[in-house]
Amino acid sequence: MKKLNRRSFLKGGLAGGATIVAVGTSKQALAGTHNFGGYPDSMGVLVDLTKCVGCRTCEAACNKEQGLPTPDKPFDDLSVFEEKREGGLPRRTSEKAYTVVQKYDVEGREHPLFRKVQCNHCNEPACLTSCFVNAYKKTPEGAVIYDKTVCVGCRTCMIACPFYIPAYSYSSAINPVVKKCIMCYDTRLKFGRPPACVESCPQEVMTFGKRTDLLKLAHQRISEKPDKYVDQVYGETEVGGTAWMYMSDVPFDKIGYDNHLGTQPIISYVKEFLAMVPMVLTIWPALFTGFHLLSNRKDALKNDDNKS
Amino acid sequence: MGGRKKTLLGMAALMLLTAPLAAQSWAADGPGTVELGSLANHYSAVTFNHAMHTGVAPSCAECHHHTTGLAPTDPNCARCHEAGAKAKSVACKDCHSDKPFSAENLKKIQENPKLYHKDRLGLKGAYHRRCLGCHTEMGGPTGCQDCHTRNDKGDAFFNSGKYAPTPSASGGHGEGH
Repeated sequence: MKKLNRRSFLKGGLAGGATIVAVGTSKQALAGTHNFGGYPDSMGVLVDLTKCVGCRTCEAACNKEQGLPTPDKPFDDLSVFEEKREGGLPRRTSEKAYTVVQKYDVEGREHPLFRKVQCNHCNEPACLTSCFVNAYKKTPEGAVIYDKTVCVGCRTCMIACPFYIPAYSYSSAINPVVKKCIMCYDTRLKFGRPPACVESCPQEVMTFGKRTDLLKLAHQRISEKPDKYVDQVYGETEVGGTAWMYMSDVPFDKIGYDNHLGTQPIISYVKEFLAMVPMVLTIWPALFTGFHLLSNRKDALKNDDNKS
Repeated sequence: MGGRKKTLLGMAALMLLTAPLAAQSWAADGPGTVELGSLANHYSAVTFNHAMHTGVAPSCAECHHHTTGLAPTDPNCARCHEAGAKAKSVACKDCHSDKPFSAENLKKIQENPKLYHKDRLGLKGAYHRRCLGCHTEMGGPTGCQDCHTRNDKGDAFFNSGKYAPTPSASGGHGEGH
């Protein structure tokens, strides 16, 4: 019988591990074609960026609806558009503002373009899948909501979000939690009503409806005015699709939208790997401890033999 | 809670205006002035000088689309709406709902697959886009309060005027994070 030594044990273990990884990889390739795609009747908002005039009424409406703290500057103060945070970037969402309007001076465009930023309410949200206490929930109505009572403040969702949306209540010394737009779920969306920002907009920049209907509408608008709109509805496929979608007359990458996010939900990049983690963490230690004990037992027996 | 509810109701009632029958004086081809106030909430009503605008607009269709019987200016509209077909009403509010986000309106849009004008603007959107669009091009007034002055409720909504945040209220030590 072939002698089984420590070296061949390890070789076998490595080969086995490689097989598992190989199987995992092929599964991942298959998983790439499968998407949840969102709840069938979920609602969404179509934002026509060409219509926004930057009046910040939506910001004021959000503040009142969500009972947010007094802003640093009045909502009719347009100097906020010139505020820059680190890296020369425009202001972003915060614990005090779940939505902000940004201004972009685009070369060749007669007027500046205004862009409203808030949670895009992904079909398969990275914040939700990254949260280890399951604080997040994607409701069938389309909103991505969260339970702040279970949030432990780890801020993984802030890193996971491809749109840099979740903010953190740094001002709270006792119980800082993550804060973000919930599409007015509690007060409005649950009852079939649009978010406060949508209803407050004087230009009706935002159209509220079933996500599937909005997509048809967006493509209809583009086909009716092909010279005006860029032939892309941002959010249709990005990171597996989002409830909030955008139309623009300038390429999206010129106005701060990331066009390299891909069409896969963020979770699909790590799903297979994460499925392997429990196996590696539970089976492998026991297995290799067993090997170790076996080989030690052999040595111990040999030592015993030598003594006797 | 009551205050917030009120704000919500206020927003639902919307900040602009419609064309009530009061305070109209008629010129030969339409009212001289129109008081636009049915949506007034955070702002005062707008007294719209219709006579002046008929003088500067190239065609009635510029604002009234196909309803006056003239050829619509947008070629997309002309595919269906031919010149000569007058509508029952030419008033903005009779086509553009003052409650575009009402349950009835949303249901009507969702349940009728044959409806073409699925994203017909509400009254507030129609006014603002028409007025601001033209004013931007023609050099007319474009500031919010150039057309309608904000009232006390509006000041509170925008945290402006006497409701403006004081330096202490805005929390100096919260800055910089």
